[in-house]
Amino acid sequence: MLPSVARPTDVYFFATCVVDQFFPTAGIDAITLLERQGIRVHFPEDQTCCGQPAYSSGFPDEARKVAARQLTLFPNDWPIVVPSGSCAGMMKHHYPTLFADDPVRKPLAESLSSRVWELTRFLVDVLAFSPEDCGTDCTVVLHTSCSARREMGVHLSGRQLLGGLRHVTVAQQDHESECCGFGGTFSVKQPEISAAMVEDKVKALKATGAERVVSADCGCLLNILGHAAWQDEQAGRPPSLPGEHIASFLLRRTGGAQ
Amino acid sequence: MSEQTTEHPLHFRPDEAFRARAKAVVDSPFLRQSFRGAMDFLMSKRAAQFPDADELETLRSLGEQIRQYNLSRLPDLLLQLETRLTANGVKVHWAETPDDANAIILGIIQGHGATKMVKGKSMVSEEIELNHAAEAAGIEALESDMGEYIVQLAGEKPSHIIMPAIHKTKEEIARLFAEKVPGVDYTDNVDALIQIGRNVLRRKFLEAEIGLSGVNFAVAETGTLCLVENEGNGRMCTTAPGIHIAITGIEKIVEKLEHVPPLYSLLTRSATGQNISTYFNMISSPRKPGEKDGPEEVHLVLLDNGRSQAYADEQLRKTLQCIRCGACMNHCPVYTRIGGHAYGTTYPGPIGKIISPHMLGLDGTSGLVTASSLCGACGEVCPVKIPIPELLIRLRSEAFAEPPGHAGKPSAMRDQGAGYSPLQAAIWRGWAAVYSTPALYRAVSWLGSRLRALTPRRQGGWTSVRTPLQPAPQRLRDLMKQRH
Repeated sequence: MLPSVARPTDVYFFATCVVDQFFPTAGIDAITLLERQGIRVHFPEDQTCCGQPAYSSGFPDEARKVAARQLTLFPNDWPIVVPSGSCAGMMKHHYPTLFADDPVRKPLAESLSSRVWELTRFLVDVLAFSPEDCGTDCTVVLHTSCSARREMGVHLSGRQLLGGLRHVTVAQQDHESECCGFGGTFSVKQPEISAAMVEDKVKALKATGAERVVSADCGCLLNILGHAAWQDEQAGRPPSLPGEHIASFLLRRTGGAQ
Repeated sequence: MSEQTTEHPLHFRPDEAFRARAKAVVDSPFLRQSFRGAMDFLMSKRAAQFPDADELETLRSLGEQIRQYNLSRLPDLLLQLETRLTANGVKVHWAETPDDANAIILGIIQGHGATKMVKGKSMVSEEIELNHAAEAAGIEALESDMGEYIVQLAGEKPSHIIMPAIHKTKEEIARLFAEKVPGVDYTDNVDALIQIGRNVLRRKFLEAEIGLSGVNFAVAETGTLCLVENEGNGRMCTTAPGIHIAITGIEKIVEKLEHVPPLYSLLTRSATGQNISTYFNMISSPRKPGEKDGPEEVHLVLLDNGRSQAYADEQLRKTLQCIRCGACMNHCPVYTRIGGHAYGTTYPGPIGKIISPHMLGLDGTSGLVTASSLCGACGEVCPVKIPIPELLIRLRSEAFAEPPGHAGKPSAMRDQGAGYSPLQAAIWRGWAAVYSTPALYRAVSWLGSRLRALTPRRQGGWTSVRTPLQPAPQRLRDLMKQRH
């Protein structure tokens, strides 16, 4: 696919609170991937969270308060790359609504929204990322988050990136497009239903025989890997479903930090 | 398969025991497998009807626009419909509440000294619990849609708006018929079972004085009630008895006849994966002089029951675009896990979660709106593009807001703030304070990573089936500092 927009020299990186606190290697690997493509990556120190947890839980005022703090962190006209379809979706699609009645913040929200890129989409569409696969033969399974798929429409990018790796086979899981059951506070407010969903998801992923699961959303990974590890603990067996952010996998397959 | 409540739903609080009902289903491998199989089947049938993504998108946009256009003119169209129907000889009744609707319908029946009614499939009649009211008044109300008939025999309620008995296996139906239908031996041959049902119903069509039906589309310009069905029972109910009573929600209206075909096509393809239904009935008047069949009297009951509350709000109004195809439930990972009865509402699944708060109030339904991972599958398949996840988020904010009278913003929603919890509100205020103050966030997240060994092993619902969430030893911002 040809790049659809001009290649920038600089980008902002919005890591997300989940990556900052729970999956920092995913963040560092994503940044390294971008830098390896010759892009200067800027990480505004004051970034915290996109506000989605409060927003989707029905607390728009709290979400607005947190989102407002992010609006001023990206003054230059550079793309804002987000290693999560879910948080990118929040910033791209819900910020303009969240600040629709705020004459000062509305233009900021709109400018930010127009510059938000989900990482895999950015790698494919803007950077035409297609480096050599340096790894040995392996089979992975890709889990795409619901926001990446339905809100951001970037579900093909991850598949495209993995498809470009010569020695990697991408397994196809049953009910691929179905939610893993995370849903933020849903997993805590409706634990029984969420448990049933993640149980089915892990079963489908494991049934492919893939040696690991990769995803571009760490929220889903916390849920999927957390359940798989819990099952392993219950059964007293070694970890049976490793997983990582697609950025970490891509980086390792294509020569690491260099 | 599912436990049935005997409570009267008009006074029913779906939230109560929702989690317990849901858990009972997810804990049953048999039920899980059975719902999964049924929903997979329906999803593949729908997918086969829309092989071309662009065509589907175009049709959905058309459906959305038709519904939005007609809703924008709803008050005028309702008056136009009443005028046209009245001119055609159909009597129009207005009901604000389920009790009003039942009183109107029972009044018509009793006014004729009638005691026997056959019913075509009507979710609005389920919504008002008409069978319950009829029984209390000594009137026999027999469901004639095969699925509804099965559910009624079992003393249950529909678990799906299109396939009311989807929760039942053929073996369960076989046992039910053998037990409840006089002179019937056990058979789990599906054709034989259907024949048994049809034989019973055939006699009832001839005996009944009253036929009741729902309405899929009410056309204002012509005064026509359109009824979509597959079994012919709808046609029997609306032609064989001397009196036909139709009931519908006020939102089912379209201005023009030409609005019907696109919606009809979207409906059957989205609902059952059919190109077109077996029957499509258009009812515009009672029997005219010289005509050989048709009822002598036709009534239409227009029910509000909370719809005008949704209508009053620009965003919530989108709820009323619904054409009741059920595709949102077929594609919902939550519905697939728990089935329809667990919701405890007339309308289950995603559409049920966004329409029930208007019908029943948020007091009693505020828990239901949390039963979604917001995966968006419902919004993606909705043939009229109702943004269901967006509406769920809105309803969550209405449910959890501080109730009016305090600092809460007044709202058109009944029982706003019904799910308000001072603790929950305080947690989110605290969360916002931390995440909107970078220095505070840095301090708190630094502490989290330093004290990770002290992370609680039990974290509420999360750790029921997952290992505990534990911050990484170093945050991304720490790793960043180390590389430069």
